Amino acid sequence: MKVMVPVKRVVDANVKIRVNAEHTAVDTANLKMALNPFCEIAVEEAVRLKEAGKADEVVVVSIGPKVAQEQLRTAMALGADRAILVETDEPMLPLSVAKILLAVQAREQAELILMGKQSIDGDNNQTGQMLAALADMPQATFASMVDITDGQLTVSREIDGGIQQLQLPLPAVVTADLRLNEPRYASLPNIMKAKRKPLDTLTVAELGVTLKPHQQILAVTPPAERKAGVMVASVEELVDKLKNEAKVI
Amino acid sequence: MTVLVIAEHDNVSLKSETAKVVAAAASLAGDIDVLVAGSACAAVAESVAKLQGVSRVLVADNPVYKAQLADNLAKLVVGQASGYSHIFAAATSTGKDLLPRVAALLDVAMISEVVKIEDADTFVHPIYAGNALEKVKSLDAVKVATVRASAFDAVPATANAAIVVLDVVINSVCSELAHTTVASERPELGNARVIVSGGRALGSADNFAILETLADKLGGAVGASRAAVDAGYISNDLQVGQTGKIVAPELYIAVGISGAIQHLAGMKDSKVIVAINKDPQAPIFQVADYGLEADLFEAVPKLVELI
Repeated sequence: MKVMVPVKRVVDANVKIRVNAEHTAVDTANLKMALNPFCEIAVEEAVRLKEAGKADEVVVVSIGPKVAQEQLRTAMALGADRAILVETDEPMLPLSVAKILLAVQAREQAELILMGKQSIDGDNNQTGQMLAALADMPQATFASMVDITDGQLTVSREIDGGIQQLQLPLPAVVTADLRLNEPRYASLPNIMKAKRKPLDTLTVAELGVTLKPHQQILAVTPPAERKAGVMVASVEELVDKLKNEAKVI
Repeated sequence: MTVLVIAEHDNVSLKSETAKVVAAAASLAGDIDVLVAGSACAAVAESVAKLQGVSRVLVADNPVYKAQLADNLAKLVVGQASGYSHIFAAATSTGKDLLPRVAALLDVAMISEVVKIEDADTFVHPIYAGNALEKVKSLDAVKVATVRASAFDAVPATANAAIVVLDVVINSVCSELAHTTVASERPELGNARVIVSGGRALGSADNFAILETLADKLGGAVGASRAAVDAGYISNDLQVGQTGKIVAPELYIAVGISGAIQHLAGMKDSKVIVAINKDPQAPIFQVADYGLEADLFEAVPKLVELI
């Protein structure tokens, strides 16, 4: 069974971002970039499926600038077998990403598409579901457990108020939540090995995908700052402030 | 202009988010229809019919919709979509699962977690864990969006809309094997006036009991940081943060939570924030209205005593 794992290059989760002076975008120049944490979890899960003998090949795919090769190499250092970069410098909406991934899937014919539930830049949480819709595949989002037995996929989903366990036929799209696994650290030998793994580069045009504009970004602004609070010296003072100043208790 | 809102429910009762999404829809000043898809969900439909501003309640009541699965629900919604200018759902786990699928089938983009509606085409939503707000103008004929319920005030239940039965049965290719819910006497996080949240510093699941005592005294809910959830102190559906629940209660008490940006993303719109932490450098103090540098195991019981 082939597993396809779409991944994204994003600003590192530990970096605090700033909106640019023109209020047109987030300033990402010279920031530390990384593999999106949810994508990393998806890669880890795919590699574990391979290690458990349930998958034969793990293919990672990214859509982005040439430097996104770094994140694909990271994914291969974690154990993915090969990588595809659909090179573009254009920012992409989730729908466009899903259309490009659909075209890649048409070539790859993966039986399982495992991806992060959201990227920590746009926070959209859309791409997996959109890809599933376009490919007419079932989906299991927010996965905290994935198992494949006899061609049937079982997924536990983290939903509001509890856990839902689903059974799905393959091929299917699964999106990873935080607690699916804890990704390994890539070892130095595996980082070296990843440099020699195959990485193909494609363009959107080569894939025959036509995209159209859907949105205009009018402004990007920083959120309203909270006014600085006060430190209280004791629990008594806190209770007094909550009762008499904030009037919330 | 007509808005279709997808109701959030568990087949038995309507969730509070729907009245807030209807409020968001009402700001567009058009007709509002609400779709209730579920199984044996007549009581839900009746609750929806009372929401102010709702014109019609469309009810698809069939066992195939019981588990709220995205593949068949999306087809149901798309089948009804003609004539609607907007399709909204709450940004809950169900809404987030369903609406991107609907948008893709309609070949339109989607806007996630809308916190402000400027006009029929223009929406504001947070990106980068709420560290920036993006204002987007949709160029699509149908605007599909999830709405962050905490950013809107619920409409009252004063109306009596018509209920229209939809006789559409679409099967899912998935099956639900199990559905475990965490029962709680406390209010839901999204609905609570007060939330008492704990972090890694609580040290154990047993220690969360002291927060529960405080929450119960205030009639509030208990929440947690990701660190506390990952440590297994408390169930994951109580996580507040970028990837958990986004809340905006009147009073948020953060206990033993350092305040990672991912956590702040989930609670910084709370009206009053209290932080109790023994580390004076904890970033949570930068967003707190009232900070108390103290050992939580001394401060919280005392707080319970004094309130």
